[in-house]
Amino acid sequence: METYTFMRELADSWVLLAMFAFFLGAAVWAFLPSHRSAREDASLIPFRNEAAPSASSETPVTNADANNSRELKGLDNV
Amino acid sequence: MNYLKLVILGLVTFFAALATNWAHDLAYQVHALLIMLVSAGMFIWVLRRTDNPPSDEDLSGVYFDGVVRAGVIATAFWGIAGFLVGTFIAFQLAFPALNFEFLQGFGNFGRLRPLHTSAVIFAFGGNALIATSLYVVQRTSGVRLWGGNTAWFVFWGYQLFIVLAATGYLMGATQSKEYAEPEWYVDIWLTIIWVTYLAVYLGTIVKRREKHIYVANWFFLSFIITVAMLHLVNNLSIPVSIWGSKSVQVFSGVQDAMTQWWYGHNAVGFFLTAGFLGMMYYFVPKQAGRPVYSYKLSIIHFWALIFLYIWAGPHHLHYTALPDWASTLGMVFSIVLWMPSWGGMINGLMTLQGAWDKLRTDPIMRMFVLSLGFYGMSTFEGPMMSIRAVNSLSHYTDWTIGHVHSGALGWNGMITFGAIYFLTPKLWGRERMYSMSAINWHFWLATLGIVLYASSMWVTGIMEGLMWREVDDQGFLVNSFADTVSAKLPMYIVRGLGGVMFLSGALIMCWNMWMTIRGAKPATVSLPSSKSNAVPAE
Repeated sequence: METYTFMRELADSWVLLAMFAFFLGAAVWAFLPSHRSAREDASLIPFRNEAAPSASSETPVTNADANNSRELKGLDNV
Repeated sequence: MNYLKLVILGLVTFFAALATNWAHDLAYQVHALLIMLVSAGMFIWVLRRTDNPPSDEDLSGVYFDGVVRAGVIATAFWGIAGFLVGTFIAFQLAFPALNFEFLQGFGNFGRLRPLHTSAVIFAFGGNALIATSLYVVQRTSGVRLWGGNTAWFVFWGYQLFIVLAATGYLMGATQSKEYAEPEWYVDIWLTIIWVTYLAVYLGTIVKRREKHIYVANWFFLSFIITVAMLHLVNNLSIPVSIWGSKSVQVFSGVQDAMTQWWYGHNAVGFFLTAGFLGMMYYFVPKQAGRPVYSYKLSIIHFWALIFLYIWAGPHHLHYTALPDWASTLGMVFSIVLWMPSWGGMINGLMTLQGAWDKLRTDPIMRMFVLSLGFYGMSTFEGPMMSIRAVNSLSHYTDWTIGHVHSGALGWNGMITFGAIYFLTPKLWGRERMYSMSAINWHFWLATLGIVLYASSMWVTGIMEGLMWREVDDQGFLVNSFADTVSAKLPMYIVRGLGGVMFLSGALIMCWNMWMTIRGAKPATVSLPSSKSNAVPAE
């Protein structure tokens, strides 16, 4: 079989299926209820690891960690 | 290590000297001379410090922010350069007399246009991406950059790439691929820089203290990896001579066209979208003081964007020699792409849930929101223009230019300005920017500039498209090409004025940065001291 035809058929069938399955897997993984706390933890990363430079920053949540993060609103969707 | 550096620099200097002597064309000669001078200068610099004892200052406890500071300044500098050239060529289109006779062959529209596009995309946007990604990866990993001074090599190497590319265009060294104009030796240099950049970035992620890789880093990483892949494949070419800048593409005909637009559209998708989304997912939550609206949505956003964008390129080649199935595929994927794009926009905007009042008081937040708005608008417009029927009207007209600029000025420009305003005070240990009202001025000047630009290009683009296809009752074309050109003059002047406004906003930003940085010492920010999930050390 010609290389072009072979590649075309492979792309149309198994590769397409594999990529679509991977994508669906990623989508399902994103919604797994068991990962809720992991998502919550990850979404708060920007508010850690930052010792304030000489003057303190204006954001009120610089020091948030996993325990006091409850006061941050908008977490219901993580 | 220093001896190795000396050997390499010596060899490069020697080779560049040979190249200067035997060069076949002007661009190559000037570049060889430039490389010779740079490497000779570095040779002397390294030589004079060879036997200095290594500095015993312990930097392992602080973030590597020097390169981010340099990157922020470089972003502003190249931004002004790119906007200035853009405004000038806008007026060259309106008033052809500005293609001065004495600059013929160097300063006419054809030479300046790639200078403008590369300056804004790769110099302004690229520096913004490198600076912010290196900042964000450290803060979201809780560690110092991997590889010591390698990040400085990436920064200065990238500036050298910009200078080589820009001067090359003016002297006519181009392989005529849009957004990939630099010739073979500049491409090789960029490849070296880019792989080093990837190593620094990945190395930092690998040694992170956080358990998770924050979503912004996913976007940045996909941007770095994909751009490397695109760059390598699209620049497969064989130099005619090692002493000349000319090279010949490996692909030809429709394969070459398809490779070019696979590259070209993914330069938009991964350089100007994925990379800047990385900025969005860090700076918007930071500035709003709230975590991103939905982390689930950000994961879906990421994977959907990655899986879809890579296929959208063929929509640049409707009605060409490209097979119909390929351009239909590109069109369908472009339309599907609307979904993740809007998902991402909604995710960014909804992060402000409960903090919308900040829009009233915080001009930086306003910039972020406007940039997300433009992201939504141009990712709606793009899929629409990729539909074959719409494309038959819009292609080759100024509508395309308007679309590109609403994305580039609105989305990329505004989010970069917001990030600069966020970073400058932090990096130089100031509480905030010198003048908040200057940020407001910048915001309104830039916004009005974009509105003038985009609306005039819609009008002139659709007018032009309709004039080209207008036929009389005998079936003859009504308008000659020159008719459409003269009909466009008023809109071209309005577009130029929009550019002037956008440029003056950026100049105000530079003044504001200058006043903020002046007299300030670089801030030293220490790393978090304990294990992951700890409260940062004060």
